[in-house]
Amino acid sequence: MSRDSALVSADWAEKNIGAPGVVFVEVDEDTTAYDGGHIAGAVKLDWRQDLQDPVRRDFVNKEQFEALLSSRGIGNDDTVVLYGGNNNWFAAYAYWYFKLYGHGDIKLLDGGRKKWELDARPLSKDAVSRPATQYVAKDQDLSIRAFRDDAVKAIGVQNLVDVRSPDEYAGRLLAPAHLPQEQAQRAGHIPTAISVPWSKAANEDGTFKSDAELTELYAAAGIDDSKDTIAYCRIGERSSHTWFVLQEILGKKNVKNYDGSWTEYGSLVGVPVALGDEPGKA
Amino acid sequence: MTAQTASTVAAGCAAPDQAAPLPLSVDLEKETVITGIVQAAGGDPVAGAYVRLLDRTGEFTAEVVTSPAGQFRFFAAPGTWQLRALSRFGNGDATVTADRGVNEVSLAVA
Repeated sequence: MSRDSALVSADWAEKNIGAPGVVFVEVDEDTTAYDGGHIAGAVKLDWRQDLQDPVRRDFVNKEQFEALLSSRGIGNDDTVVLYGGNNNWFAAYAYWYFKLYGHGDIKLLDGGRKKWELDARPLSKDAVSRPATQYVAKDQDLSIRAFRDDAVKAIGVQNLVDVRSPDEYAGRLLAPAHLPQEQAQRAGHIPTAISVPWSKAANEDGTFKSDAELTELYAAAGIDDSKDTIAYCRIGERSSHTWFVLQEILGKKNVKNYDGSWTEYGSLVGVPVALGDEPGKA
Repeated sequence: MTAQTASTVAAGCAAPDQAAPLPLSVDLEKETVITGIVQAAGGDPVAGAYVRLLDRTGEFTAEVVTSPAGQFRFFAAPGTWQLRALSRFGNGDATVTADRGVNEVSLAVA
């Protein structure tokens, strides 16, 4: 993968609104932004309602994913262009999720909703409906998904990349600072994980930094390209953003996103936790 | 309204509605709330501005989108923080030294 195959610019997107075979999909946890105005023709996905199992903590299964995409009018051969708020966190999560279920042509809109709005590009309030399809998903590609045991085994062995803010990494905050801080899990990070906040990979308008800047960022942080990599955050969406940078833009091999992330790891009994600004020892 | 919705699913990280009252579950004895209104030249509130909270080293910590009345709100920790607003009407910066409880900040863009 590379930047050209995985990312589209706002200019490209605006020119391709309504193009045959191109489906824009807005993804957010809170879809009121979509309801207030979206890219013309874009369908919406609700991160919580559509992509999470309603009972247990896991993804919707293959059949549910097929039913979801069929109902949204997304076909197997469509080029899917994902975008959203929160600096594309949930759109990047959906990108990884579409990859997990084997979708062919999938792209992320560089800068997402933020750049689109700051550029004052047009938004539509028209309801969108697309004819239903018969979407067929593949089995989950577990080469890009890490589970808790993978995270524990990676301590001191693989690249563990904590992409939360420095204060969450050190244990001074338990959640991003737009959320209340009382949480059930312990504070800190997985020992030996390096801290590379997702935000270091993005410009303030939400677009990704250049390949040269990104390469330098992770090299300076100490990522060893001879080792496999697991990225994590709190619930797995900010780390999807970093997974996207490492694997889809920079083309690194064997990068997994740990979607359980800190809300799972920080609640496990008996696992090691490191506090403070240093990675800590295995 | 994600932060206060009871759910069987792990709460996401999206920024909640900035116009909503502080959830009753928020304990101001423990939380450090940084809040204010983004205003354009002339004092009009700016809806839909992106407000970024940066830590004492200038590193990004969180971002929210202002409410129709221009409001923003963060849950931080005591200490010094920088605020940066991006909007179609221009950008602006402010610094706040926050304590526990509610800390009000004014943030102008031009």
